[in-house]
Amino acid sequence: MKTPSIFKAVNGLGLLLLFIIFAMPFVWMASTAFKTLGETLTFPPVWIPETLQWENFTQAWNSGPFLKYFFNSVIVTLFILILQFATIIPAAYAFARYNFPLKNFFFALTMICLMIPSQLIFLPVYLNLSSWGILDTIWGLILPFVTSAFGIFLLRQSFMQVPEELLEAARLDDATEWQIIRKIMLPLAKPVLVTLALFSFIAHWNDYFWPLVMTTTDTARTLPLGIAMLRQVEGGASWNIVMAGNLLLVLPILVIFFFAQRHIIRAFVYTGVK
Amino acid sequence: MALIKASMGMERRAERRSLVSWANVRPYAMISPAIVVFCLFFIYPIGYMIYLSFHDWNFVSPTKEFVGTANFTHLLSDRDFREVIVNSFIYTFASVFLTISISLMLALWLNRRGAIYSFMQASIFSPHIISLVSVSMLWMWIMDADYGLLNWALNLIGIESIPWLTSPDYALASLILVAVWKGIGFNTLVFIAGLQSIPKDLYEAAELDQTPPWRRFLRLTVPMLSPTLFFLTIIGLINSFQVFETINLMTAGGPINSTNTFVYYIYQNGFQFFKIGYASAAGVILLVILSVLTVIYFKVLSKRVHYR
Repeated sequence: MKTPSIFKAVNGLGLLLLFIIFAMPFVWMASTAFKTLGETLTFPPVWIPETLQWENFTQAWNSGPFLKYFFNSVIVTLFILILQFATIIPAAYAFARYNFPLKNFFFALTMICLMIPSQLIFLPVYLNLSSWGILDTIWGLILPFVTSAFGIFLLRQSFMQVPEELLEAARLDDATEWQIIRKIMLPLAKPVLVTLALFSFIAHWNDYFWPLVMTTTDTARTLPLGIAMLRQVEGGASWNIVMAGNLLLVLPILVIFFFAQRHIIRAFVYTGVK
Repeated sequence: MALIKASMGMERRAERRSLVSWANVRPYAMISPAIVVFCLFFIYPIGYMIYLSFHDWNFVSPTKEFVGTANFTHLLSDRDFREVIVNSFIYTFASVFLTISISLMLALWLNRRGAIYSFMQASIFSPHIISLVSVSMLWMWIMDADYGLLNWALNLIGIESIPWLTSPDYALASLILVAVWKGIGFNTLVFIAGLQSIPKDLYEAAELDQTPPWRRFLRLTVPMLSPTLFFLTIIGLINSFQVFETINLMTAGGPINSTNTFVYYIYQNGFQFFKIGYASAAGVILLVILSVLTVIYFKVLSKRVHYR
């Protein structure tokens, strides 16, 4: 069936409009990041700055201890990622493959924690961290997230799909449980592991809420907080500096998205469908 | 006889030993790191929050005074809190309704093969993986009343500038707009995945029966998509009730309390006014709302929503 050209034209126009709605804000961000302060205050706006103001980036970076923020972000994200795998893998394996008293109770507990958002419990956790003396340290940002109910749930499902015969055969060959996990389970669960890693990385690299609540000084602040504070440091109207800082925060994620697009979309959508 | 008894004793001893053997302890050892974290950072805080909601405490005083349900009665008679509830419900239902209906239409449109369509899918998805800090900053600048891109575009088509974030009439709607912009991509792609999981032969059968397209949509696509629709709605409601970042960064609950919502209200009372018991009571009410949504979710999930 041939589509009429009028339909094609409308369709193309619609796609273009949709693209503008979603891409224009990012173009605007990049454009603003290279402007002088004066160029941000023109109306109608200038799209291409006369000279590219690379200084905006250094000014944003130097307006606070950004190297510190950056390292805090890296350390927090990395620790969470590593520790999550260290706790999720054994727990998921036990829930998927062993029968033991109170198993259902502990699994129900995990499922309840899956539904408890940090936005609900930040106040009591804040009070606890404060009484344990780890408020305003990177441990306060790491410890609550060293395991993930969501991760256990997802990985358990994938572990349960491995046929029992495979494990029996391995046990007959005197494989230890650890070898079974490492040589059979993890390779088969690789897509889920990639999903979880991407998911966790993006969530904690971007996180603003938890570091905002749990830090009071620069010692443990992370990159998103630093960027958010640019507005106070530089004054509300220095949009060129704020957008330059913003670009520094967004660019790594967009670059990763560009290269691992398929993986990331599948990760999010797959977990959405489940 | 003695031999049998002896062997039975041995068996029993072996059994007893196996009760405490590594194989029996191992599952607990494997789940314990996770369970300890859950108890310390999820279960215990929930209990502590409920405990605090019946007390009066300002964070510095050494004693927590038991006040019964005073915090709750106080909350419910508080005009600010009533506004918070209304704002939260408007924000939640408006953003979920708009996001889901637009996403469904986009999914039906963009569910096609070809480079341009995969590119469009990726483009509309990109805001989903961007930090809410960036999204908030970017949209504050776009919604700037004097030099913002949005008012410029409106002026181009002959509409007066709108004070997006600085007027109590528009601020909540502006935040909903941002939520929709950020959420559409994810919802659309989940819908597309749902559409692609509908067996092709059902459509072929409908085509053979010469079912008109709109009927095919209502009788086939919508029912087959209902689990996805249900999932996205509930997850959307649960997430929107917890909105905080955009509010904190873009409006700080204002102007005149017009964008104050649940989590921001808890944050304000806890961290700015140090009314710990009061904030905890608001937290308990949020807990009840989220629990109801979660229970509905699992109830319906166990019944299954689709017609397969």
